[in-house]
Formats: sequence, structure tokens, C-alpha cells
Amino acid sequence: MSIFDLTIAAAAKKLAAKDLSAVELTTAYNKAVAALNPRLNAYITATPDLALEQAKAADARIAAGTATALTGIPIAMKDLFCTAGVRTTAASRILEPFIPPYESTVSAKLRDAGAVVLGKANLDEFAMGSSNITSAYGPVENPWKRNGSDAKLVPGGSSGGSAAAVAARIALAATGTDTGGSIRQPAAFTGLAGIKPTYGRCSRYGIVAFASSLDQAGPMARNVEDCAILLNAMAGFDDKDSTSAPREVPNFTAALSRGVKGLKIGIPAEYRLEGTNPDILALWDKGIAWLREQGAEIIDISLPHTKYGLPVYYIVAPAEASSNLARYDGVRFGLRVEGEDLIDMYERTRAAGFGSEVKRRIMIGTYVLSHGYYDAYYLKAQKVRNLILKDFTDAFTKVDAILTPTAPSAAFGLGEKMDDPVTMYLNDVFTVPASLAGVPAMSVPAGLSADGLPLGLQVIGKHFDEETVFAVSAAIENAAGFSALPEVRAK
Amino acid sequence: MSLDAATVRRIARLARIRVNDDEVSVLQGELNAILGYVEQLSEVDVSGVEPLSGGAQMVLRQREDQLSDGGIPEQILANAPDREMNFFAVPKVVE
Repeated sequence: MSIFDLTIAAAAKKLAAKDLSAVELTTAYNKAVAALNPRLNAYITATPDLALEQAKAADARIAAGTATALTGIPIAMKDLFCTAGVRTTAASRILEPFIPPYESTVSAKLRDAGAVVLGKANLDEFAMGSSNITSAYGPVENPWKRNGSDAKLVPGGSSGGSAAAVAARIALAATGTDTGGSIRQPAAFTGLAGIKPTYGRCSRYGIVAFASSLDQAGPMARNVEDCAILLNAMAGFDDKDSTSAPREVPNFTAALSRGVKGLKIGIPAEYRLEGTNPDILALWDKGIAWLREQGAEIIDISLPHTKYGLPVYYIVAPAEASSNLARYDGVRFGLRVEGEDLIDMYERTRAAGFGSEVKRRIMIGTYVLSHGYYDAYYLKAQKVRNLILKDFTDAFTKVDAILTPTAPSAAFGLGEKMDDPVTMYLNDVFTVPASLAGVPAMSVPAGLSADGLPLGLQVIGKHFDEETVFAVSAAIENAAGFSALPEVRAK
Repeated sequence: MSLDAATVRRIARLARIRVNDDEVSVLQGELNAILGYVEQLSEVDVSGVEPLSGGAQMVLRQREDQLSDGGIPEQILANAPDREMNFFAVPKVVE
């Protein structure tokens, strides 16, 4: 068995038993990053020296008997989390020179737990995208290949670097953020488990803001258990985030073995979309059968406003982005392009610093918030958002969790779906509604498409009931027995 | 509703993004495609529905109005493209 086959739980056991040192584990991963990253481009900034220092500290902590479940575990940090002293770009040119003087709460919690950070993972620029092709630092290659084809596929997005790194085993696990599907869709495209917790569960402090009412951090890992271990450390109230939930964090790993006996699982009719890959619909049916076999009661439900999720999202998210990204003006940090006067400097800086997708979204957001259009677009979208929330709260009076596919297709090729922005946006059709409602949702790898690519199923839960999401996800994982591995990986 | 080139320029100006003529025509097509797509919301009846601004199932928390941080000008200015003493420096605004 290779060192790269170890999950977090398995590695932690070996570390505790002194069968393996954190320095050995990190050194192996540092080498794998150096070997595979030039091809995959999963990291924007690798930090091997820092990782080695952290690994040494982890070994000292293990020796002293004060280790946690994450001490000495090498992970990738999405380059949207501010890391003190380590460049944080959000995959944008405009933040190319930015070295944060402070640490995000989530990355600080992981650091305090003893996790080792191998580097800053690539993403779509400012997390805006579903394919990682909008990164100013180049696209990420999905380590998976279609059967008999060498064509480069996208890893999904926006947490595409995190996904590719974990799938290719150049990170043991990773952090992601999810605004409309940015953890779940790339997890599905790369055969990983990934959870977007309830809005408010993880602090947003120090995460470069995209759409503040939707952004939520979460883990991406090889299996459901590893996600639970990571979320135990990442979650919790934070005074520095005004929307952080003042709630106790349950022990998520304890929920994994609960089983689904007696649980009511909802199957929403509106997710059976025309144009969905038939392999995905067949997998969904399998998932339903697996849960039924394990004692769950399957209930047909309706989430009637599902089709309006994407149009609401593509008003609300750009509106919030246009406001959040106003701070990038060449004055206090980041890129500056000199101009004839102050306004000219702003305009030149932002023209040079932002990529085309980011500009598009800022422009749409500016328009829907502008005088005369606010009510017709933004206010209307916020009202429909309330109806989408109501769809979920109504459904959750009848069921404990909801099962759907994660994405309407498997990973697609670099350069496909590029005809117009709306075609790309359709990737998020199954993930956006849970984001708008703020409920937790997890993607679990559950099978392969006919051409050999991983597919995911999504489990959606009630607000702050990640435990049921983990229990149902673990049940699917056990039944699916997903063990396929990508072609490109550290061995 | 369809955006004309002048409106695209006006939005770009509001958003403080410099655009050239070629970009205006590309953006015009893309923005109109997005607006056309979101147009389907007009078929939803929202009478009596309150707008939902956020995903948090809570009322925003307030804290005591007191200093909790500060005295770190060097950290705050460390990423400044230009500075004068403890100030961010910008092109002259007032003659």
C-alpha cells in the first residue's frame, strides 16, 4: 500500500502509532506536488518549506501527546482563504502582489489543529466559474480521463484546484468554498466527497468575498469520514463574522454510523431535468434503491421553484459581487495601473486586473442594482429566493433529507460549454437552490459514467443538520463502494 | 429588455471598468444573453412575498461599540501600491 492511499483517518492512526512521521508524510506529498503540479496546475502557490516546518511542529506535538485528528495531515488551502505572510490571489491578477497580514478564521482553526498546508490551490477567478478556466493563473487539468481518450477535462469549479489536488493525491484533503456549487460540483467531477455546510456554520472572516449571503467554506476529501473530521475543526462561531451562527458544533464523525433506518428521504420531481446525462439519472435511481434497502423511507416531493434557482442566483450573486469587488481600486492593496486622474486610475486598474467573467458579473450586478432596475431585478430575485427557501422548509416538514444528482453532466472538456456564459451557468442547476436556501448539502462519489468518469449524488439536509447529511452520505458511500482512481495521480 | 451600447458604456462607467469599443459589443451580447435568461422570473407571482436577503436563519448580531483592534498601520499599509507616511497615496484629487 502506498503512502498516498491513506485517508486522513488512516494516516492519523499511523502518525499516532509512530509508524509514520508527519515529516515523512509531508515530504512525500511535497515531492508529489513538485512532480505533478507543473502538469495539473492545481496549486497557484506551493509552500513546501512552510509545510515542512509545520510537519516538524506536528511531530513534536504528536510526541508530546497533544495531537488532534488533523495534526500532521497535509492539505491544500483554496487560494481564497487569506493566509498571513503567504500570497493570496483569489486567482485574480488584481491580487497578484497581495500578501495578507492576517489569517482567515477557517485556515487558523486548521493550523491550530496541526494541519500542514502544502500550498494555495487554484480556483476560478474570485470563485466565479464552474470549470476553473477563469483563473488568471491558467486552467486546472482534471486528473481523470475518459476511457480511451487523452483529452484534457476540467475539474469543475470554482474549487477546481482543491479538487484536482486531492483526486491526484497531491493533497490528502483540501478546503473549498461554495457559493452556488463550488465545492459540490468539482467534488462530483473528480470522484471526491465535499460538503457545503449550513450558511453560518463556518466563519467567512478572511475568505475573499464573492457573494456574502451565499459564500460558505467546507471540506473536500477522498471520503465522507475525512470530510467530517475536517468540518469538526473548521466549523464554529466567530465573533469576526456577523453572520456566523452562535451554535455548538456537534461531533460530525459520530453521525457517520447512524445509518438511515427510519429516515424519510425526499426525491424532488423537479430535478429530473431534460438533457441530464442518462447515466446520472440511472445512478440517482440506484441511490434511491440503496437507501431503501438500508431501511429509509423514500418519499416523492416537490420543490416547485427549482427552475428559478439559477436566474435568482445570477442576479443575487453578481449584485453582491459588484459591491464586494468595489474594494479593488488600486488604492490600498493589489494591482494599480496609473491614470490621468483618480477615476482613470480606478478604471485602468480594474480593466487590467479583472478577467472577462469577473467583469461580466460586476457589470450585471451593477446593472441590476442601478436606479430604475433595482425593483425589477434585484428585489424580484430576493422575493423568489424566499419562495425557494419555502420550498425547502415545506419539504423538510415531510422528509429528513433530500437526494438529487450533484451535476447534470460528468466532467467536460477544456474549451467545451464556452459558447456563451449561460451554457456554463447551467452546470450549477442542481447545486444553486440549496445555496440560496442556506441549507447544508454534500456530494458523494457514487459511480462512473459510461465513459469512465466519476459521478456524484447530492444529499441536502435541514439547516444545521449536517449530521443527517453525513449519515445519509455515509450510507450511500458504503453501498456504492466507489473505488475507482484517476489516471493521473501520485503512486 | 435589451441593453444598447450606450447603456453598456454607462454600466461600465458606474462599475469603474474601462472598456474599449470591441469589448462593448462583446459585453452587450453577453449581458443581453444573461438578462434574457433571468427574464423568466417575471412569470413568478411574488405578491405578498417578503424579499430574502440572506441565507442566515437569524437576526444580525450586534456588539458593543468599542475598539477591538488597531494600532497596526504598518500591517495595514504593507500592501499599499503607494504611500506617504501613514497614508495611502493617490493621484491628486483637488487642485
